[in-house]
Amino acid sequence: MPALKELEKAFFSAKKDKVFQGELRILQKTYIGRPTPLYFASRLTESLGGAKIYLKREDLAHTGAHKINNAVGQALLAKKMGKKRLIAETGAGQHGVATATGAALVGLECEIYMGTEDMERQALNVFRMKLLGAKVTEVATGSRTLKDAINEALRDWTTNVRTTHYVLGTVFGPHPFPVMVRTFQAVIGREAKKQIMDAEKKLPDYLVACVGGGSNSIGLFHAFLDSDAQMIGVEAGGKGIDTGQHAARFAGGSLGVFQGCKSYLLQDVDGNVLGTHSVSAGLDYASIGPEHPYLRDSGRIRYTYATDEEALSAFELLSRIEGITPALESAHAIAEVVKLSPGLSREQIVIVNLSGRGDKDVQHVARIKGLEL
Amino acid sequence: MKLTIGETFKRLRKEGKKAFIPYVMAGDPDLEKTGEFVRLFEACGADIVEMGVPFSDPLADGPAIQRAAERALQNGVTLRKVIAYLKRFSHEIKIPVVLMTYYNPVFKYGLNLFVSDARDAGVDGIIIPDLPPDEADKFISHARKGHLNTIFLLAPTSNDDRIKKVLKASTGFIYYVSITGITGSDLLLDGSMEVLISKIRMYTDKPIAVGFGVSTPEEASAVARISDGVIVGSAIVKRLQNSPDALKQYLTRLREAIR
Repeated sequence: MPALKELEKAFFSAKKDKVFQGELRILQKTYIGRPTPLYFASRLTESLGGAKIYLKREDLAHTGAHKINNAVGQALLAKKMGKKRLIAETGAGQHGVATATGAALVGLECEIYMGTEDMERQALNVFRMKLLGAKVTEVATGSRTLKDAINEALRDWTTNVRTTHYVLGTVFGPHPFPVMVRTFQAVIGREAKKQIMDAEKKLPDYLVACVGGGSNSIGLFHAFLDSDAQMIGVEAGGKGIDTGQHAARFAGGSLGVFQGCKSYLLQDVDGNVLGTHSVSAGLDYASIGPEHPYLRDSGRIRYTYATDEEALSAFELLSRIEGITPALESAHAIAEVVKLSPGLSREQIVIVNLSGRGDKDVQHVARIKGLEL
Repeated sequence: MKLTIGETFKRLRKEGKKAFIPYVMAGDPDLEKTGEFVRLFEACGADIVEMGVPFSDPLADGPAIQRAAERALQNGVTLRKVIAYLKRFSHEIKIPVVLMTYYNPVFKYGLNLFVSDARDAGVDGIIIPDLPPDEADKFISHARKGHLNTIFLLAPTSNDDRIKKVLKASTGFIYYVSITGITGSDLLLDGSMEVLISKIRMYTDKPIAVGFGVSTPEEASAVARISDGVIVGSAIVKRLQNSPDALKQYLTRLREAIR
């Protein structure tokens, strides 16, 4: 708790600090490559025959996903707090790569925790993290995925709390993490709002994003919460809700308290956390950031899911039709657009958060298709 | 007649002794065996027993207790089953039972029902390492009504505000975590613990028991000198597979060291 209080104080003072904000803005521009483009996907729009589809190109941010927005923000903050070392959990490896990058950028030591199963699925990112000077520690306990990596990172943090900052990768965990991560990711929506006004002179009718822990979706949605845009969060439907092999917390979970916050959780009747499944490691997580249930219960955001199969065909569709290979996580959002768009009119506008690029998934997808690369 | 935590520390204080509090993971390898271990603890002079409830994500625990929890879960042991077992078992021992469980199983069980079932089963105190006192108002008020002790944790990083908050929320005893870290880590005996414990004593006369990382009789002895009780967890869990004689000998040596 004292560490969380220390972090809360440091974060809110940095938020008001013009020097910190100035440094962050320069890094966003010159290092991350912001603003990321808002791209009109004309061929996808044409082929689906409905609304105009825009892609917010977070896949073009440095390191290939939106995760860098948060990692650079927290790395800068940790440096300011006088910490010597960064630790992080990672599922798909994108947050691990982003944190290792942030650590290299500000000159801090870095250790990344990753489940055994995810290390196999995302071998490329494991090597990237090592290349960036991070130590990658395998987590072979529990379900050997993201939630276990978070457990291990929290154990490390309680042990080395004096010297170490834990760069939690999503809008989850104890306060101030959900609000801090949202603040660093909200740049996505702020830019998109300005970009769509420049392009279309009006705000979008729909916003669509995939939801694992929920940082890319909150990042896009936050700036639009007071607009009329309808928002859809897409969870991982895995092999289908009936099979129990999924990570759709709203469709299959209930209220629980886990890893420092109260939210929806996939759990059994005794309160033990259930194993999850998704083709995408980044969505393969038993709970969801606590702001999402709040926004769902208030009716502001609608949540649905896409199955592995739907995500895989969206992965191929976007590659073929737009020349953009999305991360398997982001492919879940594209899969929802494929269902949604044909029912909309040509005047309507949809913005999809293309939260990451798919290079990391190419080998995994080839394997699913029975190909050896 | 079963003793309470309060009575136990009162007796120990009068006799100038310190509490020996061994830990066992319920259901590792099965609940009947857990009962046998607890009887052995009592026979070897334990004053209180701390019983872990298996959970899928034991955040505060090191490898030894994580593995014990995994084994117990594989055997289908749940909070409900632990309480049902204690209801049959706890009258067989005189020493008080403290349950150590993570919060989600309790939340799912229902706070009110959990408190009354635990009390019925002869449980005298609850430790929930992932429930800070800041978030525990509801739980504490249910526990007070059910006459169940709520034991919260202090750590080397706890500042004065934290100490006051934890002391106010805690009954029975204060659980002082000897190190920053998880159960079963290496203990550091550099004199800093003594400083922190005397600081806590400025604010309270509630008993202070020290846990996390106590493994050898020498460490137990050093910790006992500056506290009111010593909790030994991982080191015992690791030895449960040893021969009964070796285990008994280890427990006896710990008992003799804690004074």
